[in-house]
Amino acid sequence: MSNFFDKSDLSRKDADKIVSDTLQNCDDGELYLEDTKSESILLDDNKIKSSSYSSDLGFGFRAITGEVVAYSHSNEISKDSLKKSSENLKSTLKSMKGTYNHDISRSNKKFYEDINPLEQKTLNSKLEVLNKVNEYLRKKDNSVKQVTTSFAGEQKSIEIIRSGGEVLTDVRPLIRFNVSVMLEKNGRKETGVYGIGGRQSYDEYLKNDNWKTVCEEAFRIASVNLESKPAPAGEMKVVLGPGWPAILIHEAIGHGLEGDFNRKKTSAFHDLMGQKVASEGVTIVDDGTIDNRRGSLTIDDEGTPTEKTVLIENGILKNFMQDRLNARLMNTKSTGSGRRENYRHVVLPRMRNTMMMSGNQTQEEMIKSVDKGIFAVSFGGGQVDITSGKFVFNCTEAYEINNGKIGSPIKGATLIGDGPSILKEVSMVGNDMMLDPGIGTCGKAGQGVPVGVAQPSILIDKMTVGGTKL
Amino acid sequence: MVKDQEYLRSKASYCLDLAKKLGATGSSVTVGHSISETVNFRNNTLDESNRSDGLAISIETYLGKKRSSISSSNLLDDNIKTLIEKCFVTTKNTPEDEFNSLPDKELLAKEIKNLNLYDETHFDNEKKIEYLKELESVASSEEKIVNTESSFTENKSNFILANSDGFCNGYKSSSFSASCVTVAKDENSMERDYEFTSKRHLSDIKSAKELGEKASEQTIRKLSPNKIGSEKISIIFDKRIAKGMLGAFAGAISSNAIARGTSFLKDKINEQIFSETINVIDKPDMNKGVGSQIFDSEGVKSDTLNLIQNGILKNYLVDTYNGKKLNLKSNGRCGGTTNLYFDNGKISFEDLLNTNSKHIYVTETIGHGSNLVTGDYSVGATGFLIENGEFKFPVNEITIAGNFKDMFKNITLANDLDFEYSVNSPTMMIEGMTVAGK
Repeated sequence: MSNFFDKSDLSRKDADKIVSDTLQNCDDGELYLEDTKSESILLDDNKIKSSSYSSDLGFGFRAITGEVVAYSHSNEISKDSLKKSSENLKSTLKSMKGTYNHDISRSNKKFYEDINPLEQKTLNSKLEVLNKVNEYLRKKDNSVKQVTTSFAGEQKSIEIIRSGGEVLTDVRPLIRFNVSVMLEKNGRKETGVYGIGGRQSYDEYLKNDNWKTVCEEAFRIASVNLESKPAPAGEMKVVLGPGWPAILIHEAIGHGLEGDFNRKKTSAFHDLMGQKVASEGVTIVDDGTIDNRRGSLTIDDEGTPTEKTVLIENGILKNFMQDRLNARLMNTKSTGSGRRENYRHVVLPRMRNTMMMSGNQTQEEMIKSVDKGIFAVSFGGGQVDITSGKFVFNCTEAYEINNGKIGSPIKGATLIGDGPSILKEVSMVGNDMMLDPGIGTCGKAGQGVPVGVAQPSILIDKMTVGGTKL
Repeated sequence: MVKDQEYLRSKASYCLDLAKKLGATGSSVTVGHSISETVNFRNNTLDESNRSDGLAISIETYLGKKRSSISSSNLLDDNIKTLIEKCFVTTKNTPEDEFNSLPDKELLAKEIKNLNLYDETHFDNEKKIEYLKELESVASSEEKIVNTESSFTENKSNFILANSDGFCNGYKSSSFSASCVTVAKDENSMERDYEFTSKRHLSDIKSAKELGEKASEQTIRKLSPNKIGSEKISIIFDKRIAKGMLGAFAGAISSNAIARGTSFLKDKINEQIFSETINVIDKPDMNKGVGSQIFDSEGVKSDTLNLIQNGILKNYLVDTYNGKKLNLKSNGRCGGTTNLYFDNGKISFEDLLNTNSKHIYVTETIGHGSNLVTGDYSVGATGFLIENGEFKFPVNEITIAGNFKDMFKNITLANDLDFEYSVNSPTMMIEGMTVAGK
């Protein structure tokens, strides 16, 4: 645990006093202190291309009254700097008066351990793994022309000081291991990417030569794409594989169910609470409480313990995801979804691990039922326009389906759909729910936060596939 | 106030001296300080104020051909000391890479031209609030506008880049940006659009009225969109989307992608990759330019580059490391392009709309559908159907797809270039792409 005060002229007592004094006429707010150590080691083009370490320390001071948020942050933790921030907040809110809400729930549950993954593995043993990956893939096949592999790790310690002196802390480890391979055959080049990660030590993810599995998967995706044909263009049936393709759920409806967009009535979902927004059998939750997952948090960035929030139950819209501000303004409770990228950013309601639960059909049945369509197994990124509800995501591994059978692989294409209606087009839900491998980062308002997704195989009756073949 | 050069220089030389003492054969350090103040409005009332004060330092140490780096936001001397020691230990343990090196001394910038990148005017929060009040009252005046969000940010920064070969330079810069996002609603749909302005000098930004009017108008015209059928059709890209083509092009000619062999433009120097009428220029020394720089992030002087001349690829964007790998000299593009633009075409915007009887006019794309290895392109799009030169109706939930290799050869540009951003394009037409809709 970081001690934010031992090298500063600011004592904890001073901080408490400034916080309570600044927030006395506000509805909410806190001082957020953060200390992050991170590293990244990258092997590329047969060389260790970069080896970097970063140490970032700072505070973000927030005061809220009514709907107005005043925020000030600095990387100088000192009496002077905190006072300056305090004046800044007071001047923004000077004409307003609120009543501080001291209520914040507490829990003893922890979803990951207090470890520093950076120090649990030596630089040399990290370099050794990266070199093994490079050799393994280059020896595997002479079509391998480029290998990039990396480790990224961090330990983020946070401390939240609320008015009245309440203190909440968390230490969050996070690692990621990634492999990207480019193949070239008959003048064609294709890449395949795969990665794993979460909130445990590097070695936990590298057990049983697991790095080989990651290499094999990246190689397999690239090989499939070397044989790919132009993708079709137009509306058709789409079968999504289990796991990572759940970024469809994340983009299509996840963002639209975040509290801020619904309070502001800019989400296509804002007036659909209690209504049917998905086919029967579709249940979607956002869960911050799964052990060691990338999207899990013991407490959110406002100090609220996270929970498993049911968003859609059997097709009916049940809950939005809330931080304290939006919850207060919408007369409900925080769902422990208040997150920020770091101390430089304000808190926003965000997703954690967004999951569609299993149904009882098989992937085989789904494919058999499709005359003409595509089977999408892996994706790159996605994006959504929450107001119009239109969302896209890019396939990185997909196949044609003809007369109930999987056909040739097709080139990466964008799929586009309409968030509020897409889940009504889900006609089969598989029994094979799977979590993604721990690689997702979600962007919103310029802030990236680690997230997870999960889903079983699903059949969507109608989606537009953005290929080039008419 | 943003920290002065003297303070930043003293931190930089402290780092260089320490690295040398530890036994580093070379080192480079960047120290920067930035202060920004943002005010956000929503539906004609104050929503958020945000003050950001950030120091940052990044250091690279070399031991022969070994290199590693650290960065931190904590500039206390004892923290920097611990970090440099850690950095140097990592450097010792990192394998050699023959291409690692500080930039060639003769390529380093010698003179610091004044490009007017800093405006010391302080537009205090009260004034930002006045600007946003006017903006929002204009933006929300139409009945169909149901939500407005707007923002004003003032940023001042200063930095020093220094290395053990004696380079030590830096300069202040500023930016003033305002944006407005509006949501419009009718019985069939809800749509969002935006407008923004960002300049080095306060006096050059668009007026609050212009910003509000444009955002509102651009949003309302998107209401009640249709989906169209799938077909091959000519596509016209609005300027704000057309510049994205240059972004993809710049990514594909970065020396990193070329050296790794992961670009569809590898080995294409002196080949025709655009049609003969196309010229692409990267000009670092524009007065008050949003993307202007005097030297790149390694200290290498950057000159104007004609990247595409009459459709032919003339230069890659080269930094020191990849330059050594490719046997090319750095052209001062570590960190990418500066003020990048397509030169004007020959025909007017109106004539461009009339070149075909039917076009899709794209005003927004979503998704990350550019594959720079293969050149394949596929993104979601929103826009309008144009028939006989006239805007007929808004279109959404479509995708547009093609391959950059073909798309680049089928570009026709209008003559309406202006320099709003760091990447700029006239309105652009590309023929032969596929639209997927119904």
